[in-house]
Amino acid sequence: MSTLEIDRVRKTYGNLEVLKEVSISIGTGDFLVLLGPSGCGKSTLLNMIAGLENISGGEVRIAGKVVNELSPKDRDIAMVFQSYALYPTMTVRQNIEFGMKIRGIPPAHREKAVRAAADLLQIAHLLDRKPSQLSGGQRQRVAMGRAIVRQPKLFLFDEPLSNLDAKLRVDMRTEIKRLHARLGTTIVYVTHDQIEAMTLATRVAVMKGGVVQQLDEPQTVYDRPANVYVARFVGSPSMNIIPGKIEIEGGSATAVIEVANRQAARIPGINLSSQAASKYANGKVLIGIRPEMFSVGNGQTQGAISVDVDVVEPTGPDTLAVFQLGGVEVTARLPPKQVSARTSATLAVETSKVVLFDPDSEKLIN
Amino acid sequence: MANALSQQTQIGDALSQKNRMRLGRLFIYGPLGVMAILYLMPLWVMVVTSLKPLDEIYGGSFIGLPQTVTLDAWRAAWSQACIGTECTGLKPYFVNSLLMVIPAVVLSTAIGAINGYILTKWRFPGANFVFGLLLFGCFLPYQAILIPMARTLGLLGLAGSIPGLIFVHVAYGICFTTLFFRNYFVSLPDELTKAAMVDGAGFFRIFWSVILPTSIPIIVVSCIWQFTQIWNDFLFGVSFTSGGNSPITVALNNIVNVTTGRKQYNVDMAAAMIAAIPTLLVYIVAGRYFVRGLTAGAVKG
Repeated sequence: MSTLEIDRVRKTYGNLEVLKEVSISIGTGDFLVLLGPSGCGKSTLLNMIAGLENISGGEVRIAGKVVNELSPKDRDIAMVFQSYALYPTMTVRQNIEFGMKIRGIPPAHREKAVRAAADLLQIAHLLDRKPSQLSGGQRQRVAMGRAIVRQPKLFLFDEPLSNLDAKLRVDMRTEIKRLHARLGTTIVYVTHDQIEAMTLATRVAVMKGGVVQQLDEPQTVYDRPANVYVARFVGSPSMNIIPGKIEIEGGSATAVIEVANRQAARIPGINLSSQAASKYANGKVLIGIRPEMFSVGNGQTQGAISVDVDVVEPTGPDTLAVFQLGGVEVTARLPPKQVSARTSATLAVETSKVVLFDPDSEKLIN
Repeated sequence: MANALSQQTQIGDALSQKNRMRLGRLFIYGPLGVMAILYLMPLWVMVVTSLKPLDEIYGGSFIGLPQTVTLDAWRAAWSQACIGTECTGLKPYFVNSLLMVIPAVVLSTAIGAINGYILTKWRFPGANFVFGLLLFGCFLPYQAILIPMARTLGLLGLAGSIPGLIFVHVAYGICFTTLFFRNYFVSLPDELTKAAMVDGAGFFRIFWSVILPTSIPIIVVSCIWQFTQIWNDFLFGVSFTSGGNSPITVALNNIVNVTTGRKQYNVDMAAAMIAAIPTLLVYIVAGRYFVRGLTAGAVKG
């Protein structure tokens, strides 16, 4: 039983409000990722869960128990830091067992726990080295070993991969995922990398300006972003947000995008509730289309739009085609060698996945 | 032909370049050597004078090597020379200085370390202001605090005693040691203390197990600095102690200034060297840490 409830938590520094009534609740074994740009308050929130920062308002409950006034050591948590924060003068073994030593766990038991953690993380051969003799990835493993050896109710990760190079980051990401699957502990993980969030999380909280924009499963966050900000932040290349309008024809909604010197592009068959349909009929909307929702079509394809491709960027598995649509730059992810720069192309759109946003509030239209 | 010619001029160029480099070296090492000799001259005079019998000195040889080498002057300075009316040599005063310098160095370094730790890792509102005030202490001239300090020592009942002198040196040294430790600890990542807190360590446990073991270089710097300052101090010693409680610097002054009959240059020189030996030793033993410690903050470990 290790649930985490963040209940209307606020954080203020003087008059500056860093977190505004954040509420998040996750169950045992969940992997919560706090995702957002720097300065969105995600690390502050993590430090408040850890007890390293005071809570200005609201409650944090771990396994049902209010921990607001508890010091970090009494919260039954373990934390992995961005800089790893290994104790530089201690060996790997001493680093891992430091927490147990302080808690007065007998040496025999300590040794067993260190062994188990070292085997799990494949660092058994490094136990007598100093942190300065380790590579970045090894330090990362030691930091995780220090966390798991205490078998806490809650793991906290503060951007643990951002100091690693690109290749190692992907490896360690898999490692963390595997670790979570094996240990089944509840994890809170802070990152600004949306790929990490997508790959690791069971629940993602996208944050901006001290407010949770959306709290959902990663796939839902990706497919049905709660607002334009989330839509742009999650996914790379990010979702195309194109101004347009909605026309209702015989109970079915069609998105219409004005194109300079051409007939307007029409995307029929948009999912829209009858309520929303009546509200936005012939009204302006923002149309959200992910790059991979485009595919190469021909004149016969229903809802095909024709565009003038400006630039193509081959990435290997795909080619990104950039063109103008509705007055904004739009990116499509297409199979390689299907279109070329400075030519026109006909593209089909996977209409069932297109999402619409309100042009004023920028919120998702259901 | 043309080729060979150009090769020749090339060789000539290389040669002249080599010569020019040698000349450059001469300009570097020459003045350096002269300066070193100039700087070591007084030490040379002290050493040779202290090894000469008095008659030889009065015979006119001051800089030259001694004709007869004798350690009598050293013996006299250590255990026979008269300081005031007591002819005990420097020995008891040397002991006084040790009794004063060791606790003063240990205490001021320890307090500075705790101060630096609090000012960087347990920051409180106004921490920078407090640090500023402490820094202010580094710029206070010794003379300015003589009278208030004498009054304070009187009230504490420590006037004229070695513990009183320890107190003065600790109080005066804290601003320097705090500066050293604060600047060193500021370069240690805060995540280190956070990690230790999550691990369950408290204020002193973190200080003792995590922070202090990383601070050997700055501890050495602080100790050397404090040791030389306190050992070499004359003003506080002469102001706040009297008679048998004086540190060695005060006793040395008395030996040199109070003489009857012929001035015993050899004993004076030997006494001065005895007074200087401990600081020299500290530099030789720990000097490499000193340079390392002073630059340690700039390099990340």
